[in-house]
Amino acid sequence: MTDLAVQLQGVGKTYPFFTLDGIDLDVPTGTIAGLIGANGAGKSTTIRMLVGLVQQDRGSVRVLGHDLPEHQVAAKQDVGFVSEDIKLYKSATLAWHIHFIRSIFGHWDDAYAQSLLGRFDLNLNQKIRGLSHGQRVKAALLLALARRPRLLVLDEPTAGLDPIARLEVLGALTEVLTDENRTVLLSSQNTLDIEQISDQITFIDRGRVLHSADKETLLDGWRSIRLRVPPATLLPDLPGITRDGGTDRVPILKAHPFEPAMIEALQATGATIETVERMTLEEIFVASVMRQRARADR
Amino acid sequence: MDIHSSDLDRELSVSRADGRPMYLQIMEQIRRRIASGDWPPGTEMPSIRQLAVTLSVSVITVKRAYRDLEQEGVIVTRHGKGSMVALDAEAGAQLFEQDLQRVLDQAVELGRVLGYSPQELATRLLAAADEPEDGA
Repeated sequence: MTDLAVQLQGVGKTYPFFTLDGIDLDVPTGTIAGLIGANGAGKSTTIRMLVGLVQQDRGSVRVLGHDLPEHQVAAKQDVGFVSEDIKLYKSATLAWHIHFIRSIFGHWDDAYAQSLLGRFDLNLNQKIRGLSHGQRVKAALLLALARRPRLLVLDEPTAGLDPIARLEVLGALTEVLTDENRTVLLSSQNTLDIEQISDQITFIDRGRVLHSADKETLLDGWRSIRLRVPPATLLPDLPGITRDGGTDRVPILKAHPFEPAMIEALQATGATIETVERMTLEEIFVASVMRQRARADR
Repeated sequence: MDIHSSDLDRELSVSRADGRPMYLQIMEQIRRRIASGDWPPGTEMPSIRQLAVTLSVSVITVKRAYRDLEQEGVIVTRHGKGSMVALDAEAGAQLFEQDLQRVLDQAVELGRVLGYSPQELATRLLAAADEPEDGA
């Protein structure tokens, strides 16, 4: 047995116009892991490898203790996958889909499915064609959840959802973790959703992992600092500190990894510290990507 | 009195509009519940996973809040048995005391920014205590 639900080591995949490279990712069992990246960063490719839809060119992919792609059949029994482009049969009802899924996987928690039907406000006998986007996402999620897979993989589950549906989906996802043997991995461009429900957060940009850490460590590690610099004073280059806006007189700095000693070092230059603020996940993601891209383009 | 932990989790909430991190919001509300006597010493705390589900936040956020509260001595975690409100009878008064200290520190800091002497600050404090509270 392993206590890692997902383990990627040095994973790469080369396409004509895009390369995914050196992807390392550990997701401990019993956690919610969030994958954040801009469009085309490599989130979906990474996710597709975990569910056996894409094969890596190099590196190792382990899911629930099974090596992929060799043992993907065994892994898939215990993995649920929901993505925007998973197609449900438009002319069939939700009840038909449930019957279909049960016949394939054998394992189905009917009481849980019934409770989700009520909470998601879905009707068993309605055809998929008549469902709204939000209802389709919830239907796909119900079909995945009621199998009670040990690993649930979701590609942009909250994209395009109205506030009510979003709340229902996020609620259902956190509820999965009541059972500490289950694991959820989701990708999203909505950093608010990820910040709210994820235990572990990974940033991906330009086909590489920028950063992977537990959420509280990540949020603790960054500060935005606004200060007043006396005329004709030049701020020295301090390791871990980058200028991010403001003026020469009132510059705004981003500090990572943040240390209280940085404040003293800044004060020693004669500057007055006005504010030292924690940053949202979105601000951290943007600062992190900008810093990395500046380094790469230099 | 038998206190069931099963619905105490519903006495807490988190807000995205609140600028503070979610773990601090959770800590602050738990301190408040304890300080007000709603959660007396020995009360069984909601389990970490249960509270995470109720608030729709990550398990690690609740873990962080509990860990910090434990370090402050507000709650006690017994291995394999979950957490409970610390038996220290002084806990309530101490928590308000800590709150007061925080606010005083902020006032001193603001005073410094505005260039007030400690005496001037003290005068302001006395004046504030004299004034009837004005909601307008």
